[in-house]
Amino acid sequence: MTMKLFRMFFRSIRDAFKSVIRNFSLSLASISCISITLIIVAIGVMASLNVNNFTKVIKKDVTIVVFVKREVEEKDLGVIKAKLEQIDNIVTIDYKSKKQLREEMQATSSTLDATMKEWSDEDNPLKDTFQIKVDQIETIADTASLISKIEGIDSVNYGETMVNKFLSAFKIIEKGTVLAVALLILVTVFLIINTIKLTIFSRKREISIMRVVGASNFSIKMPFVIEGMVLGIFGSIIPTILIIYGYYALYDHFGGQIFSPLIQLIKPEPFVYMVSLIVLLIGMLVGMIGSYRAVRKYLKV
Amino acid sequence: MELIRIRDVSMQYKNGVTAIYDLELKIKRGDFVFIIGGTGCGKSTLIKMLYREVKPTKGEIIVGGLNVARLRNNRVYKLRRKLGIVFQDYRLLPKSTVYENVAFALEVIGAPKEEINRKVLRALELVGLKGKVRQYPDQLSGGEQQRVAIARAIVNEPKILLCDEPTGNLDPEKSIEIMKVLDTINATLGTTIVMATHDKEIVNRMKKRVVILKEGRLVKDVEKGVYDDEAI
Repeated sequence: MTMKLFRMFFRSIRDAFKSVIRNFSLSLASISCISITLIIVAIGVMASLNVNNFTKVIKKDVTIVVFVKREVEEKDLGVIKAKLEQIDNIVTIDYKSKKQLREEMQATSSTLDATMKEWSDEDNPLKDTFQIKVDQIETIADTASLISKIEGIDSVNYGETMVNKFLSAFKIIEKGTVLAVALLILVTVFLIINTIKLTIFSRKREISIMRVVGASNFSIKMPFVIEGMVLGIFGSIIPTILIIYGYYALYDHFGGQIFSPLIQLIKPEPFVYMVSLIVLLIGMLVGMIGSYRAVRKYLKV
Repeated sequence: MELIRIRDVSMQYKNGVTAIYDLELKIKRGDFVFIIGGTGCGKSTLIKMLYREVKPTKGEIIVGGLNVARLRNNRVYKLRRKLGIVFQDYRLLPKSTVYENVAFALEVIGAPKEEINRKVLRALELVGLKGKVRQYPDQLSGGEQQRVAIARAIVNEPKILLCDEPTGNLDPEKSIEIMKVLDTINATLGTTIVMATHDKEIVNRMKKRVVILKEGRLVKDVEKGVYDDEAI
């Protein structure tokens, strides 16, 4: 019994290749349809993953600056830090004294340096700060208000309006890209299934003969499903090559970032291989589903 | 014992046309039966019911121990493996060779390679086409194509061979060749043959059992019968 199944399985693989070759023009039509749609899907997937990547980079860059009241003494800073550490959403806390800040600012420009040089440590109008990065940028407002309630905190600043604008823009971008990719895949599935249906339609007669000579429905479907898979694999070859070489070329051309260091491209490795694998899997699966559905139509009597 | 038993069968197509009325028929093992009648008498429908291409709307059909009328779609292959079927239009795979066309019937049931090879060559020898294994159907004459189809139908050694107008597309000379092949199969392998035809010449020459249908009803069933024009 198992021998029989093995034999039928290997015959199906042989027949699949045979009929891809024997029905060459139709196979070629299916393969090119699969190739073109998969290229579009690959571009969509890579674009959306990159967009999501640089929203992540930007999100990571958002910092809450906590200004400490002037009257707080140095020994109490530890207490404030301990309280900050208790807040869930906070990932890193960097203390910067007003002295450090002043030095940093002086280093950035000579005009600032000229004015600030005059200040004695007592005159320094700056305040001690904690620079905080958060995990979930979406709840940054809650975190900020929690922080502002801590005793000894003068004010909290995280560029509220800008962050809110970014957040709502990112939400739209993320949803938009997911939707676009989903739609793209849906269209691909539809297109490929229909092309394969056409190739199988021309073989209605073959299917009816298979039924006449006593092939079970399962053994009729198997070679067609494998054939669909083979078409899917062949159709993924060109998109895969384009993904790998194309993305490397793009990455090198832009030097890994577009316009500003904020908009970082994802490193090609292992990204291109991952996307290629996704594309190959989509090709195979859709090819198989397409043939399965097409054959099933001709098995009903 | 009967190999085919048809009891109280009626068949009405979905468009309302009734093709068979209250049919009773028994066919014994080793029989050679002609089903004859005019156009639209239901002879094709009868053959189609025997291989469960269509289902009767009433009655019971037993073929080789299987209750055909109740057979589910995904079990039809079990019946088809007991049958060989030959059509008027041959139904060969155009892109497969003669050998592959005959082997196909054994491949789909998962037979081992050596068995396929042995049986295919034997079947092709029986129909007299052993020398043409590598040809494609379109390189053969109509009569030869039909003989390939017959080889495919008997390669699995079925108990029953159903033929729906197998000589309908052939000239009288080629038709006689086909009938000789069928007669040999019937005589040497003991295969039961049920053949729908309207070929008067053949029926009269063969002198086999003749079942006459008229407007869906059985009107005559004669051993060693002839093509009875009056009954039709």
